[in-house]
Amino acid sequence: MSKARVDDLVSGVLDGEHRALARAITIIENREAGYRDLVSDLHAHTGDAAVIGVTGSPGAGKSTLVDKLAKRYRDHGLTVGVIAVDPSSPYSGGAVLGDRIRMASNVGDMDVFFRSMSARGQLGGLSTATADAITALDAFGKDRIVVETVGAGQNEVDVVRTADSVVVLVQPGSGDDVQMLKAGILEIGDVFVVNKADMDGAATTVADLREMLHMRDGSAPSGIGHHGMGSTNDDGTDADSEGWDPTVLETVATEGTGVEELIDVLDDHEAHLRETGELDRRERTRYAEEIRQLLRSDAADLLEDEIDRNGGMEALVDEVQARETDPYTVADRVLEPLVDCVDRRRG
Amino acid sequence: MSTGQEQRTIRCLVAKVGLDGHDRGAHVIARAFRDAGFEVIYSGLHRAPEEIVQAAVQEDVDVLGISILSGAHNTLVPKVIEGLKEYGAFKDTLVLVGGIVPDEDRDDLKAAGVAEVFGPGTPMQETIDFVRENVRR
Repeated sequence: MSKARVDDLVSGVLDGEHRALARAITIIENREAGYRDLVSDLHAHTGDAAVIGVTGSPGAGKSTLVDKLAKRYRDHGLTVGVIAVDPSSPYSGGAVLGDRIRMASNVGDMDVFFRSMSARGQLGGLSTATADAITALDAFGKDRIVVETVGAGQNEVDVVRTADSVVVLVQPGSGDDVQMLKAGILEIGDVFVVNKADMDGAATTVADLREMLHMRDGSAPSGIGHHGMGSTNDDGTDADSEGWDPTVLETVATEGTGVEELIDVLDDHEAHLRETGELDRRERTRYAEEIRQLLRSDAADLLEDEIDRNGGMEALVDEVQARETDPYTVADRVLEPLVDCVDRRRG
Repeated sequence: MSTGQEQRTIRCLVAKVGLDGHDRGAHVIARAFRDAGFEVIYSGLHRAPEEIVQAAVQEDVDVLGISILSGAHNTLVPKVIEGLKEYGAFKDTLVLVGGIVPDEDRDDLKAAGVAEVFGPGTPMQETIDFVRENVRR
């Protein structure tokens, strides 16, 4: 992609052209040549949007809730961007991205920009692509950006961590409590929403959740006073120490019940993050992770080239398998030119 | 996982437009596209032309497959194409129509900008091959 084309797209996005925004996200998603310049140029124009992550098990009602949430934000005069991430088939690479079907409340309203993304089998890369897509929506001038994803696995947790506020959706009944503990989702939620609250068992689920969240607080080392455990909880419980108690809400997304309350809580959380400086800290953590992620993948690309130059992975494995050499020696050999180069540059 | 590698995937919107509640065909084609490695966005039933345009523009799809079995294709399809043109998305989008379209309407639809019309009994592979060969980017 030429410099002129990047400039065109950037000015299109900044001017609020939907087509330019859509194309920019495609280029970001495809990792097309020049996407880095694009994201670099857009970055300076970001920082104004509040980013909300919505996660939960399949069928919990995420898309429907996001639809109603977007509608309410529009009623408040805010513009909205939505990124809905769905899994893709590891076999064909194909995907059916179905979240859009639920976006019935915002029909014909171009100020809700809804974009479906598939995981495309990229490990780790998904969170980078999502973060870059958020950059594009933010630069475009969206006031609120909602990222929606199935809450299963590290990939999704990483995606949701690009958000300022994380909403975890839970269905009444069906043993979701255990599932959530397993997925480690409990630690990342700022707001817990029991959706389909008109179903049997909703009250029990709310009670279960409150109890578990209480346990999460209680298990924090400061609460019990076991000194030796201190280091295990550094990251996840920062927000707690700043005094944000995860809220448990009930909604019936299909009817829009409870959505206004959810917006209030999200606004409160945003305000809380600002007042405590946590917003700033989270952003710093996020950028640090993003830089590391980029460095890792760039370095990996560099090393892939070196592996090829050393005859390719198959040949290297042959040597190791034949006991002619060992994995450590091979790694040293492949890395040697890079180490040399770095040493020279450092003087 | 490499951020340095280009990962090109064909994106399709499979759309049901107008008062037409029959979406078995749309489901079958959506599934076939998925299995061919495409990313498929399904619109859901009873969409207005504006909704289809909104979805096609925002999702930046390579292919828009409109399924119509109601007979209203002469009214609805040109509206969708006009909308795509309005947003400057038409020239990059391969517009296909599937469903019940009488022979005498086909030329009109093609003149309006539809790349191909696929009637009942079209082998799935034929449609997939057509998409692969004619995607405009």
